[in-house]
Amino acid sequence: MIEHLDLALVNWSRAQFALTALYHWLFVPLTLGITFIIAFMETLYVKTGDPEWKKTTKFWMTLFGINFAIGVSTGIILEFEFGTNWSNYSWFVGDIFGAPLAIEGIMAFFMESTFIAIMFFGWNKVSKKFHLLSTWLVAIGSNLSALWILIANGWMQSPVGMHFNPDTARNEMIDFWEVFLSPIGINKFLHTITSSYVLASVFVIGVSAWFLLKGREQLLAKRSIIIAAIFGLVSSMFLIYTGDGSAYQVAQKQPMKLAAMEGLYEGSEGAGLILLGMPTPGKEINDGKDDYVFKFEIPKLLSFLGYRNADAFVPGVKDIVEGGFEYEDKNGEIQIAISALEKIEKGKLAINALSDYKKAKELEDLVKQEESLIIFRENFKYFGYGFLNDPESIIPNVPITFYSFHIMVALGFWFILLFALVLFFIFKDKLIGKRWFLRLAIITVPLAFIASLSGWIVAEVGRQPWTIQDLLPTVASVSQIDASAVQITFWLFTLVFTALLIAELKIMFKQIKIGPKEGGH
Amino acid sequence: MKKGSIFKRIFLFYYEGFKNMTVGKKLWFIIIIKLFIMFAILKIFFFKDFLNNKFDTEEEKGDYVIEQLTKGL
Repeated sequence: MIEHLDLALVNWSRAQFALTALYHWLFVPLTLGITFIIAFMETLYVKTGDPEWKKTTKFWMTLFGINFAIGVSTGIILEFEFGTNWSNYSWFVGDIFGAPLAIEGIMAFFMESTFIAIMFFGWNKVSKKFHLLSTWLVAIGSNLSALWILIANGWMQSPVGMHFNPDTARNEMIDFWEVFLSPIGINKFLHTITSSYVLASVFVIGVSAWFLLKGREQLLAKRSIIIAAIFGLVSSMFLIYTGDGSAYQVAQKQPMKLAAMEGLYEGSEGAGLILLGMPTPGKEINDGKDDYVFKFEIPKLLSFLGYRNADAFVPGVKDIVEGGFEYEDKNGEIQIAISALEKIEKGKLAINALSDYKKAKELEDLVKQEESLIIFRENFKYFGYGFLNDPESIIPNVPITFYSFHIMVALGFWFILLFALVLFFIFKDKLIGKRWFLRLAIITVPLAFIASLSGWIVAEVGRQPWTIQDLLPTVASVSQIDASAVQITFWLFTLVFTALLIAELKIMFKQIKIGPKEGGH
Repeated sequence: MKKGSIFKRIFLFYYEGFKNMTVGKKLWFIIIIKLFIMFAILKIFFFKDFLNNKFDTEEEKGDYVIEQLTKGL
C-alpha cells in the first residue's frame, strides 16, 4: 500500500498534527498545575483569614485566567484534524476514542466552565468555603479532563480491551476497565500531571523571583515560593516514580521506543543507562559503526529499570528488526522474538484475509468467509506491519528520541535541585541576597516548558511509525486529500498559534509587571 | 433585598461578573476572535469531516476504509 501514498501528504499531516499538539501543550500543563497551587493558597486564606493570602491567591488566579483563556479550545483543532486528515485512523479507532473524548468534553464543560465562573466572579458573592470548594473543583476537574485524553493516548500506545470488527473496519470496546486501567495509560496520566505540577511550580518560583529581584511584593513572593517549592519537590519525587513506571511499561510494550530513547542499536545483557552521550550521526543497523561517539553510563541500570533484573537482556534496534532474542511474554513464558520481516508477512496475510473476507461476503460464500476470518484473526496482532515494505521502517528517528529523552531527564533533575536550593535559601533567610540564584530561577521557567514538550516528543516520535501500536502506521492512517491543502492549514496554524502565544506572553508579562491588586480580574 | 428566581440570580451573577472584568475583557475578545477563526473559517472551509462529507451511511464509510486499507496488496 505504501507505494500508493503521497508521502508529502503523510509528512505534512504529521507536521501539522505535531505543530498543533505542541502549541496546545504550551498552555495545558500550567493550567493543570497552577490550579492546585492556587487551591493551596486559598485554603490558607480561608483557614487564617489573612488578606495577604487572598491577594496572593487572586494574583496567581489572574495569571491562570490569562493562560486558560488563550489556551482554551486549542485542543479542538486536533479533533478537526482527526476528522479531516486522519479519517482512516479515526474510523479504525472506532468508539475507543469516542467514549473517553465524550466524557472529557462533558466533564470539562460542566466542571471547569461552571466552577471557573464561581472562581473568578464569586468573590464576595458566595461563601468563602463554597468559593474554596469551586477552586478545588477547577483543579480536580481540569486534571480529570486530562485523564480521559491520556487514557485514549495510552490505548494508542498499547491497544487493549477491544475487538476489531471486520464488517465495519472499526475497533469496538469490549472491556471498558481494561482500556481505563491500562498500565501504560495510567502511568502516562500520572507522569503527565506530575510533570505539569513541576512546570507550574517552576513558573510560580520564576515569577516570584522576579518580584524579589525588583524588591517588590516580598511577602507574596516568599509565600508563593515556599508553596511552589514544596509542591514542586513532592511532585518531583512522584514524577521520578511515575517515570520509572513509564519506562518499565515502554520496555514491555514498546521495546523499539526504549531502544531509541537510549540510542541502543546492539542489545546486551546488563545494559547500562546513558547519563550523557552522543549517538553516532547517521548510524544505521549493520553499518559496523559504534552506537555512540561517546557515552557515560550507569552499568546495568537500563536492564534493571526496564525488566527489574540487572542482568536482563535489553534488545537494541537491530535485535528488534532482526528478531531471534528471547523474551518473556505476558503469561511469563519464554518466547523467541520474530523478525520485522516475518511480522510484515503476517501483517500482509491479515490484510489479504480482510480483503478476501469482504469479497466472500459480497458473494455470500460462507466457507470462504470463515476461512478468511481464521487467517485474519491469527495474524491481526501484526495487521499494521502489512502496510510496510521495509523492515527498517519500524525504526523511529533515534537522535530526536534520544536527545529529547535526555534533555527531559536532565532538566527534571535540575528542577529538583532548584526546589531544594530554594527551600534551603528560604530557611536560611538568604534567598533575597542570592541575586544570581533568583536570575537562574527566572531562566528556568522556559526550560520547564522545554522539558514538558520534550516528554511528548519522546512519547510520540519514539513510537513511529505507528498511530496505533502494531495495528496502524501513519501511512495507512491519513485521508486521501490534497497535500497542498494540508500545507495551507499548516502555515495558517503557525500564524494563529504564534499570534496567540505572543498575545499570551504580552498580557502575562504586563499583568506580572502590574502585580497583585484588589478588585476584579 | 428580595431575591429573584434562580435563573435571574444566575444571569445577574454572570452579568455582573463580566461587567466588572478588567483583564478579562481583553481575554474574552481574544477568545471570541479565536473561536470565530476556528469554527467559522477553519472548520467550515478547511476542516470538513472527510468521511461524513463523502458518504451518507456508516456502511459506505466502513466499505471505503476497508477498500483504502486493503488496496494495493
